Amino acid sequence: MTAETATPPAPAKSAEPDIRLLKLAEAVTIPALALIASALAFSVFLILIGKDPVQFYQLIWTGGFGSSFSFQNSLQRAAPLILTGLAFAIPARIGLTMIGGEGALVLGGFTAAAMAIPLVSSGVTPWITLPVMAATGMLTGALWLGFTGWLKHSRGVNETIASLLLSYIAIAIMNFFVEGLLRDPSSANKPSTMPIGDAYRIGSMPGTDVHWGLAAGIVLAIALWVLMSRTTFGFAARMTGGNARAAKAQGLPVGTLMVVSCMIAGACAGLAGFFEVAAIHGQANASLVAGYGFTGILVSFLARHNPIAIVPVAILFGALAAAGGVIQRRMGMPDATVLVLQGILFVVLLVSETFYGRFKIFQPKASGDRT
Amino acid sequence: MIEGKRAPSLEAVGMTKVFGPLVALDHVPLKVEAGSFHALLGENGAGKSTLVKCIMGFYSADDGAVLLNGEEVSIKSPRDARALGIGMVYQHFTLVPSLTAAENLVISRADAPAVIDWAKERKALEAFMEQMPFRVPLNAQVSSLSAGEKQKLEILKLLYLDQRFMILDEPTSVLTPGEADEMLGLLGQMAKKGDITVLMISHKFREVKAFCDHFTVLRRGKYTGSGDAKSATIGDMSAMMIGDTAVRERAQRVTQPAKPDVLELAGIFAEDNEGLPVVKALNLKVKAGEIVGIAGVSGNGQSALVEVLSGQRPMADGAIFIKGKEFSPTRKGFDQYKVFGLPEEPLKNAAVPKMSVAENIAFRSFDKPPVAKLGWWMSPGPMREKARELIAKYRVKTQGPDAPIETLSGGNVQRAILARELSGDVDVLIVANPCFGLDFASVAEIRSQIMDQRNRGAAVLLVSEDLDEILELADRVAVMSGGTITYVSPIEDTDRNTIGQHMAGH
Repeated sequence: MTAETATPPAPAKSAEPDIRLLKLAEAVTIPALALIASALAFSVFLILIGKDPVQFYQLIWTGGFGSSFSFQNSLQRAAPLILTGLAFAIPARIGLTMIGGEGALVLGGFTAAAMAIPLVSSGVTPWITLPVMAATGMLTGALWLGFTGWLKHSRGVNETIASLLLSYIAIAIMNFFVEGLLRDPSSANKPSTMPIGDAYRIGSMPGTDVHWGLAAGIVLAIALWVLMSRTTFGFAARMTGGNARAAKAQGLPVGTLMVVSCMIAGACAGLAGFFEVAAIHGQANASLVAGYGFTGILVSFLARHNPIAIVPVAILFGALAAAGGVIQRRMGMPDATVLVLQGILFVVLLVSETFYGRFKIFQPKASGDRT
Repeated sequence: MIEGKRAPSLEAVGMTKVFGPLVALDHVPLKVEAGSFHALLGENGAGKSTLVKCIMGFYSADDGAVLLNGEEVSIKSPRDARALGIGMVYQHFTLVPSLTAAENLVISRADAPAVIDWAKERKALEAFMEQMPFRVPLNAQVSSLSAGEKQKLEILKLLYLDQRFMILDEPTSVLTPGEADEMLGLLGQMAKKGDITVLMISHKFREVKAFCDHFTVLRRGKYTGSGDAKSATIGDMSAMMIGDTAVRERAQRVTQPAKPDVLELAGIFAEDNEGLPVVKALNLKVKAGEIVGIAGVSGNGQSALVEVLSGQRPMADGAIFIKGKEFSPTRKGFDQYKVFGLPEEPLKNAAVPKMSVAENIAFRSFDKPPVAKLGWWMSPGPMREKARELIAKYRVKTQGPDAPIETLSGGNVQRAILARELSGDVDVLIVANPCFGLDFASVAEIRSQIMDQRNRGAAVLLVSEDLDEILELADRVAVMSGGTITYVSPIEDTDRNTIGQHMAGH
């Protein structure tokens, strides 16, 4: 990052239009316009069902950002979204559409909870138990998505379908154990694993009610941004994602790069599962299947798969989720209304992808070269 | 069918087409006499395709008119052109490979009935074929036809549809020299008899001189001249094509004493994506300071061979040796043996379109000092510095090192790739169709660079579908047919005909 400032300043640059700045402006403007367009489209939907769009957006504001309480609620929900967003973004940079973050999250959370059972029972200190749980969750997630990446590379199995289907298998595996072998006898109504207990819970960050998962997400987002933009691994991954044929012609180990990217993604999602268990639920049960993995796909798209941009976008989506309850109570609309908004947003975003390079204002001036 | 109707004449007056800031055609005139064989010449981007697309109704011209047999006609879509009897054969075939020749002809008709009476159609087709100067087996599946037969079928299709003004877009690029000569000869005869009028887009002067009556030249969207193809010299035509563009002096071939073998391909086998063998037991040696040109009709395994050598396709069997040691196409191997490559269609094979020019130039060096420290930490400063230096040295026209490489013209993309691949020490150079679709000046420059590498002692393997390119550059020529090398000869002991016969598989 510091190397940026070390590039030769003004003289060389003034001759060249600042292409990077134009690109950045484009990458911010188009998603922003997509966001506004979806809000307008959703307003039409609201008017059709006889609701007031203005009130709806006001409630989103108050429910998501309006008070310190609601903002912290948003941040709390943003934490897993940052991680699942990263789980989609990293494979996306290498050209894979890996939508199995949900499965890796569920399985990561479940294995972390399962690992906690013997450690907590034998009274091992939280300082050891929690890192072991986190490592278990990340490793499981990494192997789970790494397996999908390996299938893609070695057998040519479509990674999108495979990772989606594997998510259902992951959920089934968790249910199998939670309802059977690892079921805590006291969890009568909702089959769960043994609670880890308050002593082992991850607390909140000082001065807030937000758990440490948010900090972990932000740190990881920065670390992965550095990985993708400043290391040879990131460069090779971007080459592969941009043109796998050219990457092969440069002798790059394309298969290894793919599998490693998928493993990084799986580790992010597994870590999200760990925080859901260790900070929110205290045990693994069906509540882990909350759709964070799928919302993460949307987050990553809106952030153009840029790890840093994922953080604010995840907070925005956290706010939407946080406001869901308020909207339900005050406007008499079902919780799923927010999902309709997300769906519209997703479609608009996919359409907006086709607008890159179409706006003249973001294109550097032609150099007079006929193309 | 063929009697009664005569070849039409076509004239375009003041054709103008503007795309945004670009004037693709600037008041271009074109006059094609009835029953003539007319060549449309020009470099890539000169506006030939735009002009033809305006005539065919794919584009609507901003200004100008088309006169058919002296009367102004309005062509708003390809459907209108078809109704007026104007047809086009594209560079790539538009036949349905899984159907027979007869089926292809019948379904191409605008009035093909919903239920086809095949017995009746077949009789009509046979009667039609009787009158044609050349035949294609009607019951053969199109995928089993050779490229030459497919090209003939495309032309028969136009005649079947009674389209007597034919536009051919570089029709010989997929044919062997023999097939090309045969087909152009037949078209010439039909034109002479007054059955058809042909307008052919070409950049091969040899064909234009041998078969065409007239020619028109475009340059940068403007008309630069026309004339009689028989009396004009190639020098006249190329002067009209390239104008006052400075063309770099071709690098001279330096004769050298015999050098040792550097690159050796031993019994190479490779399979296509369906697992069928495409390269079979291929053996070839290339000496230091030598260019070996592999000629062949497209689709005889050349691209698979290049993919194997550049690591894009696994080798099913065989071995590659460089200076007697076994080489595998990995990043380590490329660096250790100083193997470089100029693949065909650089945006597809050698560049990442969305990455910047600087990044693309750094593909060979991004994981080595000074760009990478400790083997993994990259600093963009040195990368940009190096890119600026090479951009200047190789005269790459770009808005700067940060511009995505996809914003560059074809010639400049190839120059950026040259800068990356040829700026270091080269022992082995693998080149495939390096000049495909490039303008005159770029072609001269790229061929010079390849010759320079040879003169400096690199072993160069040149795979090209352009026989002229091989005749110009190679020290030895090898012909690839059916996945293997069928003929090898020093360039001075062979000629176009002999090579052509081996290309056709004789």
